Amino acid sequence: MTTLGTRPLDSFVDNDQKPVGYGRMLRKEDPRFVRGLGHYCDDIQLPGMLHMAILRSPFAHARIVSVDTSRALAHPKVKAVVTGADLAEKGLAWMPTLSNDVQAVLATDKVRFQGQEVAVVVAEDRYSARDALELIDVRYDPLPPVVDARHALDPDAPVIRDDLEGKADNHCFDWETGDAAATQAVFDRAEVVVSQDIVYPRVHPAPMETCGCVADYDRVSGKLTLWTTSQAPHAHRTLYALVAGLPEHKIRVVSPDIGGGFGNKVPIYPGYVCAIVASLVLHKPVKWMEDRSENLISTGFARDYLMRGEIAATRDGKILAVRTNVLADHGAFNGTAAPVKYPAGFFGVFTGSYDLEAAYCHMTAVYTNKAPGGVAYACSFRITEAVYLVERMVDVLARELDMDPAELRLRNLIRPDQFPYTTKTGWVYDSGEYERALRLSMETAGYAELRKEQAERRARGELMGIGLSFFTEAVGAGPRKDMDILGLGMADGCELTVHPTGKAVVRLSVQTQGQGHETTFAQIVAEELGIPPADIEVVHGDTDQTPFGLGTYGSRSTPVSGAAAAMVARKVRDKARIIASGMLEVSVADLEWEKGAFGVKGDPTRSVTIQDVAMRSYGAGDLPEGVEGGLQAEVCYNPENLTYPFGAYICVVDVDPGTGAVKVRKFVAIDDCGTRINEMIIEGQVHGGLTDGVGMALMEMIAFDEDGNCLSASLMDYLIPTALEVPDWRTGHTVTPSPHHPIGAKGIGESATVGSPPAVVNAIVDALAPFGIRHADMPLTPSRVWDAMQGHPRPPV
Amino acid sequence: MQVPAPFEYRRATSVEEAIDLLGELGSSARVVAGGHSLLPMMKLRLATPERLVDINDLHGELGYVRVDPGEVRIGALTRHRELLESDDLAAVHPVFRDAERVIADPVVRNRGTIGGSLCQADPAEDLSAVCTAVDAACVIRGAGGTREVPMAEFYRGPFETAVGDGELLVEVRVPRRPRGSSAYEKVERRAGDWAVAASAAALWLDDDGRIADVRVGLSAVGPSTTAVEGIAEALRGREPSEEAYAQAGAIAAERCNPVADLRGSVEYKRHLADELTRRALRRAVARCRREG
Ligand SMILES: Cc1cc2nc3c(=O)[nH]c(=O)nc-3n(C[C@H](O)[C@H](O)[C@H](O)COP(=O)(O)OP(=O)(O)OC[C@H]3O[C@@H](n4cnc5c(N)ncnc54)[C@H](O)[C@@H]3O)c2cc1C
Repeated sequence: MTTLGTRPLDSFVDNDQKPVGYGRMLRKEDPRFVRGLGHYCDDIQLPGMLHMAILRSPFAHARIVSVDTSRALAHPKVKAVVTGADLAEKGLAWMPTLSNDVQAVLATDKVRFQGQEVAVVVAEDRYSARDALELIDVRYDPLPPVVDARHALDPDAPVIRDDLEGKADNHCFDWETGDAAATQAVFDRAEVVVSQDIVYPRVHPAPMETCGCVADYDRVSGKLTLWTTSQAPHAHRTLYALVAGLPEHKIRVVSPDIGGGFGNKVPIYPGYVCAIVASLVLHKPVKWMEDRSENLISTGFARDYLMRGEIAATRDGKILAVRTNVLADHGAFNGTAAPVKYPAGFFGVFTGSYDLEAAYCHMTAVYTNKAPGGVAYACSFRITEAVYLVERMVDVLARELDMDPAELRLRNLIRPDQFPYTTKTGWVYDSGEYERALRLSMETAGYAELRKEQAERRARGELMGIGLSFFTEAVGAGPRKDMDILGLGMADGCELTVHPTGKAVVRLSVQTQGQGHETTFAQIVAEELGIPPADIEVVHGDTDQTPFGLGTYGSRSTPVSGAAAAMVARKVRDKARIIASGMLEVSVADLEWEKGAFGVKGDPTRSVTIQDVAMRSYGAGDLPEGVEGGLQAEVCYNPENLTYPFGAYICVVDVDPGTGAVKVRKFVAIDDCGTRINEMIIEGQVHGGLTDGVGMALMEMIAFDEDGNCLSASLMDYLIPTALEVPDWRTGHTVTPSPHHPIGAKGIGESATVGSPPAVVNAIVDALAPFGIRHADMPLTPSRVWDAMQGHPRPPV
Repeated sequence: MQVPAPFEYRRATSVEEAIDLLGELGSSARVVAGGHSLLPMMKLRLATPERLVDINDLHGELGYVRVDPGEVRIGALTRHRELLESDDLAAVHPVFRDAERVIADPVVRNRGTIGGSLCQADPAEDLSAVCTAVDAACVIRGAGGTREVPMAEFYRGPFETAVGDGELLVEVRVPRRPRGSSAYEKVERRAGDWAVAASAAALWLDDDGRIADVRVGLSAVGPSTTAVEGIAEALRGREPSEEAYAQAGAIAAERCNPVADLRGSVEYKRHLADELTRRALRRAVARCRREG
C-alpha cells in the first residue's frame, strides 16, 4: 500500500505537460521545499558537534585595549575561546577579501565597524556559547568614526585603515571609464544639459536563511568538510587552500540547500574561518549560524553609491552623452566581489540602452566605519546602480524638455540593426530589439489611457504617477581573458553521465539558492538528449561531486553553466550517434536525430532511442572502432562574451496627498532573456526581483547614526516588502536570442531587481510633478515623500 | 537564531497562582501572554527575566469580550484576532476593528493579546491609543486585591505602567455612551509595521447632532499614549464640520511630542497627527450619523 508518507516526493510533481526539454513545468525541488523537507546548514547535526558564537564590536571605531577571556573559559560548557591575538599567532588574524584587500578575521588592533568580529566562543550548545560571550571583557578606547562618505577624504578625517602600510587617508581606489575629453566636448556644445545628485542607499540582501557553516575536521583522514552557506563552493575551497594553507584535495566544501543568497553568500566571512580553526584545534565538528541581527549588521551589503549624473541632449530630444561622478562607500574593508579588473563591477554600462556619442564616469571609492561588502543583493555587479542612474537621468531630461518619457526613450534606444553594439564605455551588447519591448510594455499597460486618466485625476487634485524604465543587463561573467576573481577564471565545468538504463546525472559547478537549477538544468539536458527531466538528476553544491567553476551570482548560472550543460549534452549525443550508427549498421551521415532517438534517413521503421544507445554503450560486444565504453562527457565553458538581457517596465502609483503614502497600483514587466527554458521559473525570478525593487524604492535602507551605530539591525527596522505592498504583476516577454550563446539564453536572475527601482521612483516623481519635484531619493517612505511634497526632498544619508 | 539568557519557566493554572509565582520573585519575574513583544526582547537580551510565568492556560478565564448594556469588558488574554473578529465589539466601538486590521499580521494577531499590548507600553502600540480614545480603564489584580486604573493613569512613561511587581492586568473596561462612534487611522511604512503615527478618535453627538464629547489618542508621537487635551473643550457644542476637524487636528499636531527616526521627521509626524485626527473624526461622525 502506498501512503502519502512513503510515496517518493517526485511523484507529487503534478505537471500537466511534462516537457522533454524547454517548457513550463513545476520545479523538481519544490516538493521538498514546500513541505519543509529542505536540508539547510542549520539542519546538520553531527555527533559531538560544538557550537560557536561571535563577540562583536559595539563601537564603529575603537582601539582594543585588552581582551580578558578568563571568565568565559571558566564557564562549564565552554570548550574554547579564540581572540584576534590567538589567530595572529597562527598567522590567521587577517584574510584577503574578494577585492584583493585584507579583512580582519578577528580584530587585533582596532575595531572598524559596529558588529565587527572580536572573539569567538565554542561551547557544548548554542545557548552556552551565547551566554559566555557576556563573560568576555573587552576594553575599548573609542575613536571618532567616519560615517559620512562625503567626509571620508577630509584632511582631518581619522584614518581607518592604519593596518595598511603607509596609509594616511581613507582613499580606497579611483576608477574611470569612457572618454573624458570627448564627453566634455559634447557637453560644451549641447543645447540642453541637466544634472542631478542621486543617492543609491545602502541596502541589504537579507536572505531568509542567514549565513553559517558546520566545519568538521577529521584528524584520521586529515580531511576538512565544510558545510556552508556558499553561492560559490569551488571558489571557496580554493581560497581556503590558498589562505589557510590547507591542502586543496583535503578540503570538501558542501553547500546544502540554501535559503536565498542574493550575493550575501558570495564572500568568505570571518565566522566560517573561525569555525574551521575551532574544528582543527578541537578535532570536533563546530557549527556556527549567525542570527538575524548579525546578518544585517556584518555581512555583505549592497549599493551605497552617491552619484552626480549629467546628461546632454538636443532640444528635440536626442540624447548625446551621459557623464557621472560617483562617490562609493565601501565600508571598512573592500569586500566587493567583482572580477578583478572591474573594481566598480559592471557599472560601466551606465550608458543604458541608448545610442550615445560620448560617455564618461569617474569614481572615487572610500573607506568608512561601516560593514564591508559592496556587491551583494541581486545587483548584477553594480548594474542596478548604473541602470538606476541612467533611467532617472532620462526622466530628469524628459521633464526638462517637457517631453513624454516614453517618447524620449523611443527616440534614443539602440536600433536592432546596430547590434552587436559597442557602447562608449566598451561593452559589446550582443542582441536586442528594444523598441519592440518598449512598445509591448506600453500596449500591455495601456499607456495612452493611463496618461489620460492621470490628467483627469490631476485636475481633481489626486496624485497618480506613471514611471517607465528600460534596462539592459550584462550577465554571464565571464570571458576568461577579461574576468577572474582573485585569479580564478570565470569559466564553469559540467559533467554528464548517462547510466545504462538511460537515466542521467548532470554535475554542475554552480549552486542554486532558490533559482530552480535542479529543474532548469535537467530541462537543458532534456532538450539536447530527449531524456525526460524527471530522469535527470542535477548534482551541485558539493566540491567532491562536481567539476570546478565559480558559482552562482550575477545571473551567471544559465549563461555560463547553462551553456556548459548544453554543450556537454551535445558531446554525449555526438558519441551516442557513433554508437547508434553501429547499432543500426549505417554510417553516421545516414542518421537523423529526432529528440530522443536516432533514425535512419528515409527508413522510419529503423531507429534507436537514446536509452537503447546508453544500454549498448555499457553492454556486451564491441563498439564502433575508436569508441570507448560508457556514455559520459565533460566540458568547461569559457563564455565568449557576456549576454545582455533587457526589458521595459511600467509602474503606476497613487500617492495619498494627505500622508505621502505610496500605493503601487499596477506594474507591467516585459523581459527579454533570449531563449526561455522554463516560463514558470522565469516568471518566479521576475516576480521576486520586482518585489525586491519595490522594497528598495519604498522602504529598504541600512541606516547609521552619526556615531556609526547601525540603525537597521532587525527586520523590524530593516523593512522588506510583503505581498500587500505589491500589485498583481503583469509579466510578458519578447525573445531575442543571444547570438553567441549555445542555446541563445541570457540570464534572468537579476533583471527585475535592476529594472524595477527606477520604474517605481520615476512613477512617484511623476506623481509629484505638481509640486515641481524632479527627483527624490529612495527609500520613498511616506515621510520622505511628504518631505518632497513640501519642497525639500532630502538625500537619505 | 537569537537565543535568550537562561530563565525559569512556569505555567500558571489560575490567576491566583500566577500572582503568587510573580510575587515570589518581584521585579525579576515576568508574565508571558502572547509573547510577541516579550520574547523578541528576550532574544535580543534586552529583557532578561529570571522567571517567566506563562498565563496562556488561563485563556478560558481571561479571554473574552463581553458587551454589556453599560460597558464592554475585555479579558486581558483576549487575542488580537478575537478583538478583530468580534462583531459585538465592532458594533459599539468600531475603532477596535479598524486598529486590529492594521496591527501586525495574522501570525502575531493569533497570539498577541490586549493585556500584553497595553502592558508593553510601547508608545507606538495601537491598542493604547484605541483604549485611550474610548476612555477605558484597566483592572489590575495583585495579592492585596483588585484596583481599577483609568488609561490616563496607566502609563508611567515609555515601557512603564501602573501594573506593579506581583500584579496582573486582568481586564479592560470600556464604558458605553449613547450616540457615539469611533475610528482609527494609521500610517505605516509597510503592512504590519508599527505606526509612523496613528490617531484614534471617539466622538459622541448630542440630541441635536452637535458634538457632545470627543476623545483622541495618538500613537507613536510621544513618550507614551495619553488623550490629547483641549480637543473636547474646543469642539463641544459645535456642528461636526471640516473646520471643527481641522481645529482638532491642529491641536493634536501642537500637543504631540514626536521624535525623528527612520519612520519619519518631526514635522511629518506632527502633520500626520493633524491629518489622521481629521480623518478619524470624519469617519467617526459618518458612522455616528449612519447609526442615527
Ligand atoms: C512582527 C510584529 C509586528 C507587530 N506589529 C504591531 C503593530 O503594528 N501594532 C501594535 O500595536 N503591535 C504590534 N506588535 C506587537 C503585538 O501587538 C504584541 O502582541 C503585543 O505588543 C504584546 O502582546 P503579547 O500578548 O504578545 O504580550 P507579551 O509579549 O506576552 O508581553 C508583553 C509585556 O506585557 C506583559 N504582560 C503581558 N500580559 C500581561 C498581563 N495580563 N498583566 C501584566 N503584564 C502583562 C509582559 O510581562 C511583557 O512585559 C507586533 C509584534 C510583532 C512580533
